[in-house]
Amino acid sequence: MADISASAPPSPTTSIGATLRKRAFSSPSDTALTVIVFGILLWLAWTLFDWAILRAIWSAENVDQCGKGTGAGACWAVIDARHRLILFGLYPFDQHWRSTLAAVAIIATVILSCIPLMWTARRIVTLWIVGFATYYLLMEGSLIGLQQVTTDGWGGLSLTLFLFSSVVLLGMPMGLGLALMRRSKMPFVRGFAVVLIDFVRSLPLLVTLFTAAVVIPIILPSWLEGDKIWRVIIAFALFFACYQAEVFRGGFQAIPKGQFEAGAALGLSYWQTLGRIVLPQVFRHALPSTINMVVITFKETALVIIIGFFDIMASAKAAFGTGEWAPHYLEVYVFVALIYWAFIFSLGQYGEYLKGRMAISER
Amino acid sequence: MSKADELRRKAKQRRFFIQAALVGLSGFAVAGAFMTARTNLEAQGLTSGFGFLERSTGWDYSFSLVEKSIMDPYAQTLFVGFLNTLFVGFIAIFLTTLFGFIIGTARDASNIAVKSAATVYVQVFRNIPLILQLVFLYAVLINLPGPRQAMSMADTFFLSNRGLMMPGLSVTPGVAVALLLASIVLGVVLIWNKQPLLRGLLIWMGGSILLSLIVAAIMRPEGEALVSIPSLQGLRFRGGITVPIELFGMIVAITLYGSAYIAEVVRGGLAQVPRGLTEAGQALGLSTGQIWSRIKMPMALRSIIPPLGNQWIFMMKATTIGVAIGFSDLFYIVSISITQSGQTLELIAILAGAFLLVNGGLAVFTNWLNARMELKAH
Repeated sequence: MADISASAPPSPTTSIGATLRKRAFSSPSDTALTVIVFGILLWLAWTLFDWAILRAIWSAENVDQCGKGTGAGACWAVIDARHRLILFGLYPFDQHWRSTLAAVAIIATVILSCIPLMWTARRIVTLWIVGFATYYLLMEGSLIGLQQVTTDGWGGLSLTLFLFSSVVLLGMPMGLGLALMRRSKMPFVRGFAVVLIDFVRSLPLLVTLFTAAVVIPIILPSWLEGDKIWRVIIAFALFFACYQAEVFRGGFQAIPKGQFEAGAALGLSYWQTLGRIVLPQVFRHALPSTINMVVITFKETALVIIIGFFDIMASAKAAFGTGEWAPHYLEVYVFVALIYWAFIFSLGQYGEYLKGRMAISER
Repeated sequence: MSKADELRRKAKQRRFFIQAALVGLSGFAVAGAFMTARTNLEAQGLTSGFGFLERSTGWDYSFSLVEKSIMDPYAQTLFVGFLNTLFVGFIAIFLTTLFGFIIGTARDASNIAVKSAATVYVQVFRNIPLILQLVFLYAVLINLPGPRQAMSMADTFFLSNRGLMMPGLSVTPGVAVALLLASIVLGVVLIWNKQPLLRGLLIWMGGSILLSLIVAAIMRPEGEALVSIPSLQGLRFRGGITVPIELFGMIVAITLYGSAYIAEVVRGGLAQVPRGLTEAGQALGLSTGQIWSRIKMPMALRSIIPPLGNQWIFMMKATTIGVAIGFSDLFYIVSISITQSGQTLELIAILAGAFLLVNGGLAVFTNWLNARMELKAH
């Protein structure tokens, strides 16, 4: 039998040096891996920094002042020249302040919704209705005595934010309704919800939106048809609701049956038990997945370019598509990608943070 | 009758009325939609029905795996679109799963550099809309130099604004599809056999390559090399396989985006494996690779497969964005057919039916896979 001699217990130090030794340079092959991978990362970061900052041209009278070819840096002058088109689309030029304020209202609504102080049913619903109404009144204008701009004239980032917020605002109650129907003891009500949810979920979003844009005018009488934008928003909200209903269903499954029975034993009605006891817990459980759904919805709004809306991607295309700035499509796409990335990354990180916090509180 | 019976009877009545109202309203809505559609279509002078499927289309499109012409009937053109969707979908599913597992494992690595590289990858590609990535990539691809100045790698792979030229076996497209199917069947058989993870993968890849080589050696056209390598002759490339930029863009964009998502699924699965199991493996003197393939991955797979199946279905649905760059997937073909023929309702029904079929099939496959992986009760 091998002789096992006693040795000192491993020291519980967590100094940076010790961590690095363990997680970057633990063996020769580990060291080689670290050096190669970090080398590639650094090279990528440097190339990007060199292109986007060091050799970039920030403002230019016209496109000729930007360098051409592979040696040239980024020409951010294209953003300087075209940012109004990208952000506001075809909205009347002298009214852009309204579009700015309206976009700020939606962004503020989203940020405020992330604060736990707002998490009561009344506050969050009021917040979203106020935020959305502010947006609509400012953009449309005629109701508050400003120049009227119909939805055809909305575009760019503001339109993307409008689609996003109206889909979430309409889809959330629809999703809750579908989740409740799916839990119902009445076979026809449950069957209706199951068929609708599974059907919509197995179709691509584009097919749903396309159907709303081209099929609804055929099967609905013209007085019910409505604007194309509202048809698409309602179809998008239905899509959101069918996924969100599954998120709520997960939340319901986390609630012990005793909670319903306790409500019944106290003599509360179905709606009282639901509203006062069950739903607050369901929302809490469903919160991380709900944020995930909201993030996905924000990403998917980019699809509306295909059915002919002038959202931020379409306006980006228009920004370099007019000939003069055509060589600098890369800068425009990077700019739009950064906008999307900033929104989605921060919301996603917030979701992760909440998940972590809830995992701790449930230990 | 007691009070309780009275209440119960009333509740039963209410449930009946709610359901009757729901069924009645749905029936009314469907009937109304049907009637309106008929009047609207009659007003436009359109005849409904599937007779148009036999008419020839008269228009061309970008990509097809089989011979195509503008004289093809609608039915055949739609089928080509369906094949293209399946083709891109399955390639994307294969590549995203492969890269997703590699990157997800890297996210779980103990080496800091590997872990940060994987984190950067996931955070960049997951947080930008897929369609933006696709349109972005496509803009870069069409602005690449022409074939004569193509970027080349080892003089066998060439990337230009015409697409990616790469070496390939000298077989006809029909044989290639048959080989692909054979490879899928081999994979399913190996899963059914419950082969250990690494051995299964090795047998599958080795078997597929060997089979392809043997079949290519027998079936290749007279006087051609076993593997044909593209080479520049005059203004264009000859030999090898040409992947057109639309197809190349679709595959790369979906793979970048989807693998970032699958990497997160894999990381989540690996994170659920108790630490004690890894430590037990270390105590037994297993190598990192052995711990991964014998302990962590088999445990993690059980929680990875259900969300992985959802990602596969997502990938299949994501092929519809091909319309943004003119790749002729089923959605693209259907939307052109609608503008050309006006048979909106029929074409949308075909489109929805095709997706229900494919996604239903994928869901069945995932459930089967899940059942195979489940621990049997002792």
